Amino acid sequence: MRKLWASAYKEYLLLIKDFGGLVVLFIMPLVLIITITIIQDSTFKTISDTTIPILIVDNDHGTVAQTIQDGLANSNTFQIIVKENETIARDLVFSGKYQLAIIIPEDLSSDLEKKVNQNVEGIIAQFGLEDEDKSKKTTIPKKEVKLYFDPATQVSFKSSVKNGIDKMISKIETQSIYKAFQKQISDDPSEAIFETESFISFKEILPIVDDEEIKPNSVQHNVPAWTLFAIFFIIVPLSINIVKEKSQGTFVRLRTNPVSYATVLGGKTLIYLCVCIIQFILMLAVGVYLFPIMGLPTLDVSGRLPLLFLVAIFSGLAAIGLGLLLGTIAKTQEQSAPFGATFVVILAALGGVWVPVFIMPKFMQTLSNISPMNWGLNAFYDVFLRNTGLLEILPEISLLFLFFIITTLIAIVYNEKKNAV
Amino acid sequence: MIQIDKISKKYKTADVFSVSNLDLNISENEIFGLLGPNGAGKTTLISILCSLVKPTSGTFSINGLNYQQNKNELKQLIGIVPQEYALYPTLTAFENLKYFGSMYGLHGKTLKNRINQYLEILGLSQFANKKIDTFSGGMKRRINLIASILHEPKVLFLDEPTVGVDVQSKNVIIEFLQNLNKKGTTIIYTSHHLNEAETFCTRVAIIDHGKLITKGKPADLISNHEGAHNLEDVFLRLTGKALRDHA
Repeated sequence: MRKLWASAYKEYLLLIKDFGGLVVLFIMPLVLIITITIIQDSTFKTISDTTIPILIVDNDHGTVAQTIQDGLANSNTFQIIVKENETIARDLVFSGKYQLAIIIPEDLSSDLEKKVNQNVEGIIAQFGLEDEDKSKKTTIPKKEVKLYFDPATQVSFKSSVKNGIDKMISKIETQSIYKAFQKQISDDPSEAIFETESFISFKEILPIVDDEEIKPNSVQHNVPAWTLFAIFFIIVPLSINIVKEKSQGTFVRLRTNPVSYATVLGGKTLIYLCVCIIQFILMLAVGVYLFPIMGLPTLDVSGRLPLLFLVAIFSGLAAIGLGLLLGTIAKTQEQSAPFGATFVVILAALGGVWVPVFIMPKFMQTLSNISPMNWGLNAFYDVFLRNTGLLEILPEISLLFLFFIITTLIAIVYNEKKNAV
Repeated sequence: MIQIDKISKKYKTADVFSVSNLDLNISENEIFGLLGPNGAGKTTLISILCSLVKPTSGTFSINGLNYQQNKNELKQLIGIVPQEYALYPTLTAFENLKYFGSMYGLHGKTLKNRINQYLEILGLSQFANKKIDTFSGGMKRRINLIASILHEPKVLFLDEPTVGVDVQSKNVIIEFLQNLNKKGTTIIYTSHHLNEAETFCTRVAIIDHGKLITKGKPADLISNHEGAHNLEDVFLRLTGKALRDHA
């Protein structure tokens, strides 16, 4: 036991004597979490602080064009800039100066009205209420609202804009049909025969705890994901630490001492786990105290702290296990550092830190199930967003612990085999 | 004390044996020099005796303890001063020594007193709280030595302990080792400094190409080789003048 404490104390000394390394270890995760949360915060806000300037070319000058413009302006997402012609708008968008240009075709309002009237008259005639004058029926060409997107625009933004405009146009068409029927049936335009408001609506039901809805925000999503990412980055300094021991000869000396490799790794585990926990505390503190000052939502940790620490400890252990294994196998820092950093990024991608697992291809979803970062992230989300208890996170933290045990055992066995005497 | 029976070692990537069928007995309280040109197999033999390298064949025992059956007892019995500075450069001399001492099960006042005692003897007391990376080569060599003897081993292996140090440091190290030997420590040492070996060692063995060429007291070896005035003459006569570059 004394040897374990002595090993841990030595690791502590090595860490605190490298001031630059210590700063990187604790400050960089905070910079990461602040940067990511600020960037992603707007995507979580229903009313954004920033509006996206878009171009509109109104060739219609009618009610439909006006309704589209009003709808976009009222969304508070877009700042409408009217341009005179399609060529100018297209060039501006394709050169990347604007994200989007909407070209409303000529006679859209009048042709829509004509088309709807024609259809309604046809229906009414079918019922025998009026005679259909077939000579009046003309062919009205289909109308097309053109959308120009900056080629660099993300697919998700495109889809969201397309859906929004599609919904708006459908509503305009429906209302035009109602109006046309009203005109045919009643002579009094003020008489409300049809309820034009949508009959079906949808409402998101949020989880309720203590009579209060739990509404996720960017902070509740980002802090767990990026905290986990930062915790796993412990792989890099830890593996470098082990490789350094080999290159500076201290590892050879330790091999001649009556101390087991497990004890040496145990000392490293204790100290690096403390580092993970301190990182975690600092990141929580940023979420709770600094984010509100920066105008970001406050991280709500009320009643969750014990479980959050539990997840952080087991995630830290999983990361440490991987670091011990990598450090044991790698021969040089040039092997361990780039591999460690890249591997963490891969694990993060697989774990769903960037892209949610449910939208990944099936094969990647299966792979995601074996990523310790996925287990950690799920456990954090369980606590932060799903408000679950210890029993629900038990499978995930068990997997994280198992991962630590397996990776550490492989490291010990590998070392024994390699240095077997 | 040390019984080596037909030890051989061939590394996986090597074409030839680094140590070949070597028999050697080293008695208690000897200062035994392992001499040989570069690549002769000295470091490999010491590494085998320190349980760092597994022999391909053969066996050895130290103080009656077999390396395969009594690994931990054997580690407690021996001390190794490696050729490279096996120290943490960012830790102080005291912190390094405290850590390595504690790996031998030493702690508390015993450990602290031993560290201070050896630092004093080797003239490093005033540098106890200085970081190793600020030390000169000679100072590092001395700390490297202290880190290996804190547990007061019965057998001390030294792989070129005076390489790259000034005369003053070398003299302090040699004198210190002689005192250790007087107190009962058996010393096995490798060196390229043949003059040093001639005066320091009670017995030497010259090995080349992994094989034992000769062994005996330095004075006997010199007198047995006609025309030889010192150990270097004997060494060159037995190992030749050709360069021993290898990669």
